[in-house]
Amino acid sequence: MGQLVQAKGSAVVAKTDEAPAQYLTFSLGGEMFGVGILNVKEIIEYGNLTEIPMMPAFIRGVINLRGSVVPVIDLSARFGGKATEVGRRTCIVIVEVPDEDTRHDIGIIVDAVSEVLEIPGSEIEPPPSFGAKIRADFIFGMGKVAGKFVILLEINKVLSVDEIAMLTGTDKSLESQAPV
Amino acid sequence: MDEITSVFIQESREQLAEMESGLLRLEQTPDDMDNINGIFRAAHTIKGGAGVVECGFIVAFTHRVENILDSLRNDELAVTPPLATLLLECCDHMISLIDVLAADAEAPDAALKARGDALTEQLKVFIDSIGQKDAEPADSKMTVHDAAIEVESSGGGIVLTDSWHISVRFGENVLRGGMDPLSFIRYLASLGEILGMETITDAMPAAASMDPESCYIGFEIQLQTRSSKADIERVFDFVRDDCDLRILPPNSKLSEYIKHIQELPEDTMRLGEILVRCGALTQAEVDQGLCNQKVTADTTDADSEAPPPQLGEILVDNKVVHKEIVDAAINKQAQVSDKKAKEARLVRVQADKLDQLIDLVGELVIAGASANLLAQKSKQTDLVEATSVLSRLVENIRDSALQLRMVQIGDTFTRFNRVVRDVSKELGKEIELVISGAETELDKTVVEKIGDPLMHLVRNSLDHGIEPTALRLERGKPACGTVTLNAYHDSGSIVIQISDDGGGLNKEKITAKALERGVIQPGETLTDAEVVNLIFEPGFSTVEKVSNLSGRGVGMDVVRRNIQSLRGAVDVTSVEGEGATFTIRLPLTLAIIDGFLVGVGKAAYVIPLDTVVECIELKNLPSDRNFMNLRGEALPFIRLRELFEVPGECPPRESIVVVQFAGQRAGIVVDQLMGEFQTVIKPLGVMFPHLRGIGGSTILGSGEVALILDVAALVLTVSQNEERKMFPGRNHQPSTALPNN
Repeated sequence: MGQLVQAKGSAVVAKTDEAPAQYLTFSLGGEMFGVGILNVKEIIEYGNLTEIPMMPAFIRGVINLRGSVVPVIDLSARFGGKATEVGRRTCIVIVEVPDEDTRHDIGIIVDAVSEVLEIPGSEIEPPPSFGAKIRADFIFGMGKVAGKFVILLEINKVLSVDEIAMLTGTDKSLESQAPV
Repeated sequence: MDEITSVFIQESREQLAEMESGLLRLEQTPDDMDNINGIFRAAHTIKGGAGVVECGFIVAFTHRVENILDSLRNDELAVTPPLATLLLECCDHMISLIDVLAADAEAPDAALKARGDALTEQLKVFIDSIGQKDAEPADSKMTVHDAAIEVESSGGGIVLTDSWHISVRFGENVLRGGMDPLSFIRYLASLGEILGMETITDAMPAAASMDPESCYIGFEIQLQTRSSKADIERVFDFVRDDCDLRILPPNSKLSEYIKHIQELPEDTMRLGEILVRCGALTQAEVDQGLCNQKVTADTTDADSEAPPPQLGEILVDNKVVHKEIVDAAINKQAQVSDKKAKEARLVRVQADKLDQLIDLVGELVIAGASANLLAQKSKQTDLVEATSVLSRLVENIRDSALQLRMVQIGDTFTRFNRVVRDVSKELGKEIELVISGAETELDKTVVEKIGDPLMHLVRNSLDHGIEPTALRLERGKPACGTVTLNAYHDSGSIVIQISDDGGGLNKEKITAKALERGVIQPGETLTDAEVVNLIFEPGFSTVEKVSNLSGRGVGMDVVRRNIQSLRGAVDVTSVEGEGATFTIRLPLTLAIIDGFLVGVGKAAYVIPLDTVVECIELKNLPSDRNFMNLRGEALPFIRLRELFEVPGECPPRESIVVVQFAGQRAGIVVDQLMGEFQTVIKPLGVMFPHLRGIGGSTILGSGEVALILDVAALVLTVSQNEERKMFPGRNHQPSTALPNN
């Protein structure tokens, strides 16, 4: 994986009538996930990560992204699974998440980035009411690609700054020592 | 919003701040003419500026205020406490009006308008009282004033023309400079209609000695136009330096014309005639004017030290009638050069440009550190030397860049004069504010954010701290209470103290309240210091009655939260019956610090250098107890490796960094010492608001991110942890903010 792969196909404007039609798909723990291409800023190689002590497991740390400090989230741990093992193809996808008036850059760790897919709205099924083992509000829909499901993430919910900030405050290790 | 408007708003706010402090001084020293003039000038400048940006409602209101101020200036009205209060309210109202303009609204809303009308009514009462006073057959001075007023109010006072009067004398070199005086007149005609024009040829020498290349003529022009004074002046821009240009706005006072006549080089009577001829004045007006001039000149001798309006005022002053009759020309000259010198010293810079510069300097520091690192690795002496020079320069740039953002805290402090005055009146207490350390400098962003917490603490001291006068006398204290604001630098932080000589905090009451609110549990024993600091807990207020000042019970914890968000701390000490002192400790700047780089495992951490006292290398640390013997002193220490759960084994040689803050010492055990490092603080962002012990992050020369330790919070965290382990029942500590605690 190159140092910096600009999100492919960003020149193609998404259809304006409904949800983004282009998705960056990636694999995580053997499953395929997708995020709307408009949220993705760039993809970088995993490395040079600084851990932050006393944080819940899903916050892997921070990286230096050309002078700004960007937090990196372990998606697998965020979904309640185990921490992602770092492999040869592990990447950090930098996504932009709106928060009130501002936007934040947040990195997510994925096992491997696969491709940018165009999935028309007709090929997107509503998420199953249970069974996905991921909180229902994290899922935007199930995209059907070549007979397989791709879990399309509602990334603004998954990386909700408010919620993460709250979770960091109630983390077990912190609870015992944080004066506020 | 266009640029002129935003500049006007900015300047008006400054003028209003000046006006407010002037008004506060006015109460103490009602006779200080300089002060009154200063207040008048501020109001006048705002009015002029409002005229330029065509903001009618500000002009209208300010005009009324100015009238009152003018009467004060002319000694027609005495300064009384109600008047001072009214003027302060007017000042407040003007601030609100400016806010309206800043919000880009067309006109003030109904409530504000009603307030303005009410104030206008009150102003009118005072204005009317002038008339009554003058009606009394008083001493000779009074009667003279009558005359002056009569001149002003009668039709003769103001020359009723709706046209501008322009008087221009071209300099000798105008023709040589390639300028044709006629072209200016022609261009002037394009602005409006020239009603009358007289050519002044008095300066023309006899034919024999005349230099055909020199220009000797001047013009008196009567121009009807809708253009502003600035527009008219612009016509003469090309010869501005080489001609004598005077412009009288429409409806100027007769005296202005008279003054104008007298200031011109030509013979007075002759000019009078010329003005009559070009239609500016009637013969009767000239006669009356010159006659009155003698009278008013006598009366205003006393006022003659009143400084004329500033240059800026004259420039913007196109709708305004000047009240000055006698202007000492020299005085004016001095004033103008003064103003110029002042402007040269001050440059207005947009805040975001400054922020951008600071950001760039920050990047420069990082890049410099990285170059330094590489140079040292390369072991080329020349290169190392060159980079060390470079980094020294970068350090200087950093310091001066940061200095740009430093402002004195004095302005923030003096704001409280007004608060203390108002609140003490409202409460019926006599309270004096003492300010010290006003010249202490700190970062502008910190100053902006510290205002609210300070306000709360000061109000709290006024409301709860200082006792009622009767009680004070009973306790043998002076009737006048004192609230002190103090600021000073202390090891890389700024300390702000708010103290009062009031009753101090009532510990029994606090304890009772804390029990009632469940902030502490029955049976807990707290030290005195712990008890008084309970007031910073959420939902805590000792006063039963909710006053409009304080006592809503949200105050103190909000204060503490705000201060903590600035990486600061606040605490309170109190001696019952003698008063309380709130101490706020803040970092000087939020942007860059000198750091000391340490390593634990593979991770690097930065300890702010100004907290570091010394470093000790130790082979055998006691493994069970976390304190050591440092030259006879028991020094507690923190094992960073344990606290941060860094994986890996301790190296055989560990180091202790001894840190000091707020008079307390502690050691931090680390694996490696990596030396000093200039650190640009990058906030960790919104995701980590609860992270204690880490003050932010920085980027190392290698491009990696290192965390900056917040030493004070770190030590506090650890000591509270330990305390809780030792006394599991004592759960009063403020982690109650956490939802499940």
